[in-house]
Amino acid sequence: MLRAKPDLMPESAPTLRAHVLVSGHEMRPLAAGALYWEAEDTLLVADLHLEKGAAFAALGMLIPPYDTRTTLQRLGKVIRAVEPSRVVALGDSFHRSELAENLAAEDLKLLTRLQQGREWYWICGNHDPFLPPCVGGTVCTTLTICGVTLRHEPSDNELSREIAGHLHPVARIARRGAVIRRRCFATDGNRLVMPAFGAYAGGLNVLDDAFGPLFLRHRLEAWMMGRTDVYPVLGSLLLPD
Amino acid sequence: MRRGQRLISDVAPMVPATAGPQAAPPQAALPEPFASWFASRGWRPHAHQLALLGEVAAGRDALLIAPTGGGKTLAGFLPSLVDLASRAPEHKAAATIHTLYVSPLKALATDIARNLATPIEEMGLPIRLETRTGDTPPSRRARQRVMPPDILLTTPEQIALMLSHQGAAELFGQVKCVILDELHALASSKRGDLLALDLARLRTLSPGLTAIGLSATVARPSELAAFLVPHQGATATRLAEIVVAAGGAKADIAILRSEAELPWAGHSARYALPEIYEAIKAHRMSLMFVNTRSQAEMLFHELWRHNDANLPIALHHGSLDVAQRRKVEAAMVAGKLRAVVCTSTLDLGIDWGDVDLVVNVGAPKGASRLAQRIGRANHRLDEPSKALLVPANRFEVVECQAALEAAEEGAQDTPSSRPGALDVLAQHVLGTACASPFDVDDLYREVTSAAPYQGLKRETFDQVVEFVATGGYALANYERYAKLKRTPEGILRVAHPRIAQQYRLNVGTIVEAPMLRVRLAPLKGGALKPANVLAPGRILGEVEEYFIEQLAPGDTFVFAGEVLRFEGLRETDAIVTRAHASDPKVPAYEGGKFPLSTYLADRVRRLLAEPRSWSRLPDQVSDWLRLQADISVVPGPDEILVETFPRGNKHYLVCYPFEGRLAHQSLGMLLTRRFERARAAPLGFVANEYALAIWGLNDMGEMVRNGRLDLGRLFDEDMLGDDLDAWLAESSLMKRSFRVCAIISGLIERRHPGQEKTGRQMTVSSDLIYDVLRQHEPDHILLKAAFADAATGLIDVGRLNLFLKRISGRIRHIALRQVSPLAVPVMLEIGRESVPGEASETLLREAVEELIAEALSGNAARQA
Repeated sequence: MLRAKPDLMPESAPTLRAHVLVSGHEMRPLAAGALYWEAEDTLLVADLHLEKGAAFAALGMLIPPYDTRTTLQRLGKVIRAVEPSRVVALGDSFHRSELAENLAAEDLKLLTRLQQGREWYWICGNHDPFLPPCVGGTVCTTLTICGVTLRHEPSDNELSREIAGHLHPVARIARRGAVIRRRCFATDGNRLVMPAFGAYAGGLNVLDDAFGPLFLRHRLEAWMMGRTDVYPVLGSLLLPD
Repeated sequence: MRRGQRLISDVAPMVPATAGPQAAPPQAALPEPFASWFASRGWRPHAHQLALLGEVAAGRDALLIAPTGGGKTLAGFLPSLVDLASRAPEHKAAATIHTLYVSPLKALATDIARNLATPIEEMGLPIRLETRTGDTPPSRRARQRVMPPDILLTTPEQIALMLSHQGAAELFGQVKCVILDELHALASSKRGDLLALDLARLRTLSPGLTAIGLSATVARPSELAAFLVPHQGATATRLAEIVVAAGGAKADIAILRSEAELPWAGHSARYALPEIYEAIKAHRMSLMFVNTRSQAEMLFHELWRHNDANLPIALHHGSLDVAQRRKVEAAMVAGKLRAVVCTSTLDLGIDWGDVDLVVNVGAPKGASRLAQRIGRANHRLDEPSKALLVPANRFEVVECQAALEAAEEGAQDTPSSRPGALDVLAQHVLGTACASPFDVDDLYREVTSAAPYQGLKRETFDQVVEFVATGGYALANYERYAKLKRTPEGILRVAHPRIAQQYRLNVGTIVEAPMLRVRLAPLKGGALKPANVLAPGRILGEVEEYFIEQLAPGDTFVFAGEVLRFEGLRETDAIVTRAHASDPKVPAYEGGKFPLSTYLADRVRRLLAEPRSWSRLPDQVSDWLRLQADISVVPGPDEILVETFPRGNKHYLVCYPFEGRLAHQSLGMLLTRRFERARAAPLGFVANEYALAIWGLNDMGEMVRNGRLDLGRLFDEDMLGDDLDAWLAESSLMKRSFRVCAIISGLIERRHPGQEKTGRQMTVSSDLIYDVLRQHEPDHILLKAAFADAATGLIDVGRLNLFLKRISGRIRHIALRQVSPLAVPVMLEIGRESVPGEASETLLREAVEELIAEALSGNAARQA
């Protein structure tokens, strides 16, 4: 019923690939949800939503406060594995700008340690339009590396060569009666939207209208996050929510 | 929606003055004007009605146990009516409630109110009576708090809601009587826990109140009797007085015998349709109970294909649109229908007309459940209820026979009481604080006076209070967001009025699975075009999101008696069109799958183990068992039979625990982990109500023989240690339990209809919370609560534990060269029921690999 048609297949066989091409640059999606740009020794993450638990607590929902620690620990694991010389967080790194000040001492220490010995960029998002100096790093609205623009919200420009976050893409497929829904990297080879990295960040199906204008539909691929691998799945196999 | 003419059987199934069997000496005289009113109708009160009147007049809490049709409801109200009637004539309407009536169904409350109105009017009693349910308009609810009626008929959720208001002390300060109807259906559930806590609260507000419980026949009446009285200390047991009504005529139960070949597996009972149809023809009105909504849909569909005489046959289940259900109910009452196919939505309380035959399709699952269903036929005590059991497969024949024998003995198997749920307690603690500040010691005393919480440790209680106040996390950084604040006097009060508003939106213990509306689009076939988004299609009902998630656009399924094609989703609507598929899928609804009761399972095992009793079974079934005895063995009542055999290029291991599908699925999960470690290379498993089959590449029979696989160790109780822990970390079942606890306890908010559009930023997925909490604070009280639920529910490890204890040292292994007759039913389930999706990594890899294969063949084709 949902067979991939060979004529819709991208040039290369859509698997056994460790790399995704974004505007001709090879990048490696990692199962943890980060993207590693080897040529630039740069690690990209999006939508950390640190202190989301605290933001909810302030609204009367006392959900477990361990999300910041969980997210930073996961990030620490990726950084230790890759040892990048540059890290870029693509916005909404904090669930609310104001809460960045309240980071628990231990979490702040963890963050500072991660930043040591490397460049660190915070791109502003709609959740964190400003950030206090205590969180370190360089704060900016966009960052362009080798002609690829890193930003929070994807731009309107259909052919923009960019990597963005903001939309929290997830992909769904059905296999043998079981449905699998995972965070994913969504790309058409030109533009790439990163999965959300934060422990409490939800997701939006890549087939949702919000993604519609961003991708050439017939070239859409969702790199679904597994436990240890990332699985590139052809757009035609995906199901809506 | 209801009628007047059925009043007699609803509230006053009195004995005609001439009737014999109920003529016991009256325990309390009926005062005027009641005596005259009874006499004017030619009635005499039942002995149990007078007995209950006597107990309550003496100020004692009482439990009335009466079969359906025993005049339970009027018995429950008589003490209140008599007391209210005796008030001085100059009595002014007070701003307090005299009697609270609590029913599990709002429809039942509405029904009773309508029917009580008649005697009150006819006797000219100065009594105001009102209902209050989720459907009551807010203006009336507000008025009821200021100017309450004498008798308020309501539901457990509404009581909790009213108790959370600041005026609760005045509103309930003079309550004399609390009537809990259908108590057997409420106790031993989370709603029962909430009700018990509310009853304890009401007793604090009105120390003199008397509680009356009304119940169908149950296995252990003392547990319900304990529910009704306040307790002091964890050990002392007090009980309410128990009044038992004389039993009615014995039911006339038969198992359907069909000429057709009995199916080996499946639940459709299609083979018996001609006989079922004949039975419908031979009766005025038949009620056909099935266990799941999908069975209801299927059977209804098939019956109409047999319906040459065009008999009016209707469908009724919980997923159908309310308006549609009301229409069916009204038609039943009006006597316009000959049969209704229904699920347990029609199990409770209300009687829907002149039913003279109950057909139970499929396994009865429990002796008490069957008794209550059969009671739906013939609401009069002195006539026997008539019932026909239709087993859907061979095992179910044995189960039906066991249930029939249990019914003949009047045996019951209602679930035992269990400790009160902690998520419900958390909700109650917050609700209490919303009404007024509380002292922690006092609240602890009050909570432990409720039977389900009698054994609650102070330490646990304090943890729950801390959870409500600040989340109760070891990393204590939510102090500034605390919901409850401690005053210098040690009193806890709500930190902000907003918290009370939030509480009121989330009260209650019923957490529905997220549902989608099924909307019929006017367009025929074809893809759903954006232009049709607002197509004003008819709503057919609701299904679980879970089910729709498994459909791809173009798939067909049966719903509301029609074959539908799934077109796509629009917000919370699943858009469908009419279709003509010959082989539609049937929704695999989550709900309505009751496990085989422990009691009935035990009877089934005994029936099987005793060859002399096989003569009571149809020849096809006894032949099947004899063949099993020849080829393998028929397991004894206290042992477990494990068969191993090769088939195709795989090896199978089949065992027969008879503990129900849920427990078997858990056993399958845990055993396959152990098989993996033993290098038996398991590939999969499948479970049904009676058996579990595991298959793999290695010869497990041979491994047992040469000692590489020790069955005793394999089935050891320690399976419920580390293996269980590792499985639970990822189990989607555990996450489902956690979600329910998180909502009930108030950790996350309920989804309200229409909120989806705007509410995306306001929610955090409970699955994500579960992962984070489990990683950082595995002993958190909410995880404990979720595990306690899952252990008795979705993963049923409680039952698994008892099973492992029972069979320890009693494993009987038979190595066979081929499949045994007993194994056939479960083997037929392979491929029909998939293993729950825990192995998603494998499936993801498969999706990619299949793609490679296809890509390569595509390339090859192009090259060729």
